[in-house]
Amino acid sequence: MTILNIFILSCFIGYFAIWRVTPVLHSSLMSVTNAISGIVIIGATEAFNEITDYPEPYFLYVAIFFAAINIFGGFYVSARMLNMFKPKDQNNDE
Amino acid sequence: MMNNILYPIIFILFISSINALSEPKKAYRGNQLAIFAMALTLIMSFYQINETYLLPAVLALVCGALVGITLAARIKMPNLPQLIALLNGFGGLSAGIIGITESSGPNHPLGLILLIIIIGFITFGGSTAAFLKLATSFTLKNSLVMRLTSAILLFLIAINIYCTNTGTLESILGLALLTSLWGFCFILPIGGADMAIVISLLNAFSGWSTVAVGFSLENALLIIVGTLIGSSGIILTHIMTKAMHRNIYQVIFQPFTAQKEQNYPSNRPFHQGTIRDAAFLLENAHKVIIIPGFGMAAANAQNEIVNMAQILKTKFNVKVKFAIHPVAGRMPGHMNVLLAEADADSNDIYELKDINQEFPTTDVAFVIGANDITNPIAKTKKDSPLYQMPILEVEQAKHILIVKRSLSPGYAQIDNPLFYKDNTLMLLGDAQKITKQIIAEIEND
Repeated sequence: MTILNIFILSCFIGYFAIWRVTPVLHSSLMSVTNAISGIVIIGATEAFNEITDYPEPYFLYVAIFFAAINIFGGFYVSARMLNMFKPKDQNNDE
Repeated sequence: MMNNILYPIIFILFISSINALSEPKKAYRGNQLAIFAMALTLIMSFYQINETYLLPAVLALVCGALVGITLAARIKMPNLPQLIALLNGFGGLSAGIIGITESSGPNHPLGLILLIIIIGFITFGGSTAAFLKLATSFTLKNSLVMRLTSAILLFLIAINIYCTNTGTLESILGLALLTSLWGFCFILPIGGADMAIVISLLNAFSGWSTVAVGFSLENALLIIVGTLIGSSGIILTHIMTKAMHRNIYQVIFQPFTAQKEQNYPSNRPFHQGTIRDAAFLLENAHKVIIIPGFGMAAANAQNEIVNMAQILKTKFNVKVKFAIHPVAGRMPGHMNVLLAEADADSNDIYELKDINQEFPTTDVAFVIGANDITNPIAKTKKDSPLYQMPILEVEQAKHILIVKRSLSPGYAQIDNPLFYKDNTLMLLGDAQKITKQIIAEIEND
């Protein structure tokens, strides 16, 4: 039951947080959410604890591989994009 | 124990990172927050892996990281939509595979697992189709065969689910294959410029598959973050469909290309302008509004256009603004990214609702690679599929310059009366070349 409550509350948070995002950054929003959808990797690492059968670890390695492409690719391309939206005077502070 | 402390920190970080995207200035920090949160998540989750599996798991992570970074570093900004489509697909695939392994575990409800597999692999198949369409500009002449195939697949999927009560690996794998194929066949017939909507929709799907995994593992973090992604996808889909005055049903089942009545009259007279004419109009204008569309991305012309705007501003004291339609390009915000890449002044960039009232006082509307989003038919012709779609009211400007590869109709296959107006000059050719020629011309004056 608590899981369901968490889900409902987070729907509201999601709704309000996303509407605040400026249309200028909608592409970046997509690539950032792409990157964080790699969080499903937790599902893979948790599943290692309940492995019963032989081929399963290999499935999980594949899942980790694709989730990692999402995470690193998504964040890298978001960084490239958002770097371009940075005000000019901040460009040298990293 | 560690989870109890780290989880709240991680989701506060994720929500703040999305919040930071409300302002372009803070947005970069948002990405850094999300990266930090993801780093915490990775450390936490890999820390819990049993030693026997740890090394290969880390190896898989590193390989994925290398592939991801290579892809992201190589992609050119105009091609961004295809990378996003690909990443959406990988997200779904990853969730789907996790669903498959969970199916053998004793303590997960089968219904939930089937849901993970179905959403995950539909996302994967659909994204693959979207990627192919974006990367190869592939179009389907006859969508009926595809529709039929997807109907048959749907039937097979239903049978498969009915027989999967036992949850054997074979039947689960079969389900994965069938749903991937179905997603592929379902997305393939959808029209080119509806891609912005399709990508948003698939983005939502990858989020909801994460939520489904979260429910099966009773993991709050997955549910919260997955919901953020899912809502983002749904809201973007909503914004895009509204900006085209369409709904999801129409996007999927009534591609614009299916319209038969619009036979294109190619012999109507129009005014073809020279580079000299265009340069003259632009130099002597007080106010110019530039309307970019997918054609600008396709010709990779953003640097030239921004350069041209800069010269007009400094040398001829012309007020130059950019007008961005929400569905210009192949993904939400596509044009904004390209203009930012070309270093356009963000104060000059306006959204549809903020600039439309300015067209009557504009001397030159410079339409580059855009078509349907400026078509005045949307306001007048009741039987047109574009009817009531919000457009940029270019027709009210004193002069209109249209840069276009050819006189062919837009993706909607609908004639644009704008082309034949007396105060319209058509510049036919590659957007980048034409803009370069205009720059050369105005620099010499």
